Amino acid sequence: MAGPVLEMRSIVKTFPGVKALSDVTLTVRQGEVHAICGENGAGKSTLMKVLSGVHPHGTYDGEILFEGEVCEFKDIRASEQHGIVIIHQELALVPYLSIAENIFLGNEHASRGFIDWSETLRHATELLRRVGLTDHPETRVADIGVGKQQLVEIAKALSKKVKLLILDEPTAALNDEDSGKLLDLILELKNQGITSIIISHKLNEIRRVADSVTIIRDGRSIETLDVKSKETTEDRIISGMVGRDLDHRFPERTPHEPEEGAAPALEIRGWTVHHPIDQQRKVVDDVSIQVRRGEIVGIAGLMGAGRTELAMSVFGRSYGRYAGGTVLKDGTEIRTRTVADAIQHGIAYVTEDRKHYGLNLIDTINRNVSLTALKKVAKRGVVDEHEERQVAERFRKSMNIKAPTVFEPVGKLSGGNQQKVVLSKWIFAGPDVLILDEPTRGIDVGAKYEIYTVIDQLAAQGKAVVFISSELPELLGMCDRIYTMAAGRLTGEFSRAEASQESLMRQMTKDKEVTR
Amino acid sequence: MSTDVTAKTPAPAPPGKSGSASDEGLLQLILGGLRRNMRQYGMLIALGLIVVLFQIWTGGDLLLPRNVSNLVLQNSYILILAIGMMLVIIAGHIDLSVGSLTAFVGATAAVLTVNHHVAWPLATAICLLTGAVAGAIQGYLIAYFGIPSFIVTLAGMLLFRGLTEIVLKGQTVGPFPGGLQKLGNGFLPEVGPNTNYHNLTVLLGLVLLASVVWQEVRDRRRQQEFALDVLPAKAFALKLVALVAAVLSVTLLLASYKGAPIILIVLGVLVVGYGYVMRNAVFGRHIYAIGGNLPAAKLSGVKDKRVTFQVFLNMGVLAALAGLVVAARLNAASPKAGVNFELEAIASSFIGGASMSGGVGTVLGAIVGGLVLGVLNNGMNLLSVGTDWQQVIKGLALLAAVGFDVWNKRKSGS
Repeated sequence: MAGPVLEMRSIVKTFPGVKALSDVTLTVRQGEVHAICGENGAGKSTLMKVLSGVHPHGTYDGEILFEGEVCEFKDIRASEQHGIVIIHQELALVPYLSIAENIFLGNEHASRGFIDWSETLRHATELLRRVGLTDHPETRVADIGVGKQQLVEIAKALSKKVKLLILDEPTAALNDEDSGKLLDLILELKNQGITSIIISHKLNEIRRVADSVTIIRDGRSIETLDVKSKETTEDRIISGMVGRDLDHRFPERTPHEPEEGAAPALEIRGWTVHHPIDQQRKVVDDVSIQVRRGEIVGIAGLMGAGRTELAMSVFGRSYGRYAGGTVLKDGTEIRTRTVADAIQHGIAYVTEDRKHYGLNLIDTINRNVSLTALKKVAKRGVVDEHEERQVAERFRKSMNIKAPTVFEPVGKLSGGNQQKVVLSKWIFAGPDVLILDEPTRGIDVGAKYEIYTVIDQLAAQGKAVVFISSELPELLGMCDRIYTMAAGRLTGEFSRAEASQESLMRQMTKDKEVTR
Repeated sequence: MSTDVTAKTPAPAPPGKSGSASDEGLLQLILGGLRRNMRQYGMLIALGLIVVLFQIWTGGDLLLPRNVSNLVLQNSYILILAIGMMLVIIAGHIDLSVGSLTAFVGATAAVLTVNHHVAWPLATAICLLTGAVAGAIQGYLIAYFGIPSFIVTLAGMLLFRGLTEIVLKGQTVGPFPGGLQKLGNGFLPEVGPNTNYHNLTVLLGLVLLASVVWQEVRDRRRQQEFALDVLPAKAFALKLVALVAAVLSVTLLLASYKGAPIILIVLGVLVVGYGYVMRNAVFGRHIYAIGGNLPAAKLSGVKDKRVTFQVFLNMGVLAALAGLVVAARLNAASPKAGVNFELEAIASSFIGGASMSGGVGTVLGAIVGGLVLGVLNNGMNLLSVGTDWQQVIKGLALLAAVGFDVWNKRKSGS
């Protein structure tokens, strides 16, 4: 068996207020395909950023050995010089340049500042042949599909004399056929002696290409398993991924008793959405869910499962291209073509990305809180500033938003307090149904508990709550019922009693072939 | 600044009970308020400084009643444009067409009243409607069709300039009937006994004074009623004194010449009206929201397209008004009227605290920015500085204002 090509020893990486990696050790052998898997936020991407120099030496603790020598990368260029190349999930290609220009971007075949086109084309053609792409190297990248773009990225990596190729969720944006081709190429590159690290949570994929798998959970490397061994079953990997203790604290809540006969507050039937650009791709595929008043319903899923896309497209078609499905409120079909329609019908969507989609960071707390329901503090189109201020003050006190006054710009608040402002804003809108998308992402434990309490109160007031989260203990602690999604499809529904981290994760890692 | 000691901790105004603040506390309160509102007060202070400097350099000519009157008349149309431009920039857009549009509307007015003898009130209405239509077309293309505002209004700039020449057949047309002339050059009528002052202006000034004081007092009382924090009594008194002094001095300056120009009244109504809309109306809030964070505004149910459309429609109407004022003041419509007006209006907005990325700015800021440029213009004219150097200095003023803003922001670490 070949010796290790890469060793990462006791890597610790802290961000202000958060420990992203608390102790990760990773050993990759020469010439293997090594998979890394773990839940969202487990620290997989951070680890790869440490390795590739995105987080430079000195900003983390621990040691990296590549080909036996200690490496202290100060940026991506330094790691690339050693032959370590990372391909991110969001591709880093310039759409309006040609394939050849993209391959050699920043690394051009040139003499005295002028590009040598014949050498560029010759070399590009050779690299494209290696990745099995037959398109002309002068084709614009914008004109080829995502699958081929992924191959161009790999060709670009090959041009840098790659020894260790890192792929971050490479098949998340691909269809089955392109995924298959890509996985074949990884095996082909392995035959050519290139070592790969592949981040993925599709277990069937891992079984197909990987030699070994390292499981990361809560910023720690849990274990490394030999994929080819008989003992490494999918269940074995799942139990490694979810083994987190259920020691999070949640408010005591009495599970909701569904009322007989009453129509669900919100019902979504057969909802299908296509990707906004790649219109062949179904991002949400025939999903039907329902939630009753007073009920908290969770939606569990990993990256690319389509949870946010489902929520946003239902909320005024704010994502993708609608391709079918109906929304029913209290048993009657409603129009939710625009955000205003959705709000009108008492639906609120609290975004997972508060900075980009939730708040006007340069504006004050009071104005952010009142925005969705300005009419409530206005008479004949004129805002009553005193009343607005009182409303904001009320939320500042009840939600415990830590700010000296309500005239503080929300950009200056901490993540937890910003999240409370977003929640206040939507509670003030007075909805019957709240769709909460990762409401506790990136905030500290104390603030989390406060937000759980608020969610609990909302349900107790008879509101229907849809709770989208990547943290399974959170869903298990808060929800009456939990749906699971994978690759745009609904893959399971669990009552509070049936649900466990293992049972949920099993359905969350189901790929299309399995569910079909 | 000498206040760096506490610069790192912009403490909120201490709630303290009325009158209990010591003198030192009061000073800190004022400095604290200044620091937190650097954007707004910084330019006001700069304007004051420029006025004082030119007053000294011109040997007191700048603030002669006749010159103050002139200053208002000379700058009124830029200020009108600056109000509209401020809204456009807050919404995250730009409008390059307003200079050409003012010329086109002026030309329309001239052709209607001079060549076709249309009554001036009707002509005025037609002109404002023309501006509204022009703004609506551009607004539609920007908001609903999705062409960037820079492109649409650049095209508009060329288009309206060309149309102006076509309508005027390349010639200057004038003079205008009396009623329209008054808009550009007229003053409030003289009434009552002969004092040394213009009676109606003094009266108007006093009414304004009373309403400002009443407004402030009522505001403060309402805030107290709601048990909200208010300024301590001493600071409040100081604020009132400053307001009273400002209103009184401008009133007396104008009243000792021919009185308040009609356009000043129009401008005053616009400033108060738009200031109120931007601060208190749902429409104004929505403009700040789409400029500050468009995706978040959309997800909050703000009808962003409609708001953008309305902002450009409004800009068209204000450009038309400015066009009428320019034409009336020059008493003729010329194919070369309004050249570079869009740039002056844009510069005014940025000097007055607008941000390239949108979401920030006030109507009062646009006025202050416009006045900074206006006083520079006027002062340099009095000092017989050539237009060549005037341009250089105005360019530097714009750079300095925005540079200060950027520096100030970086220093406060936001």
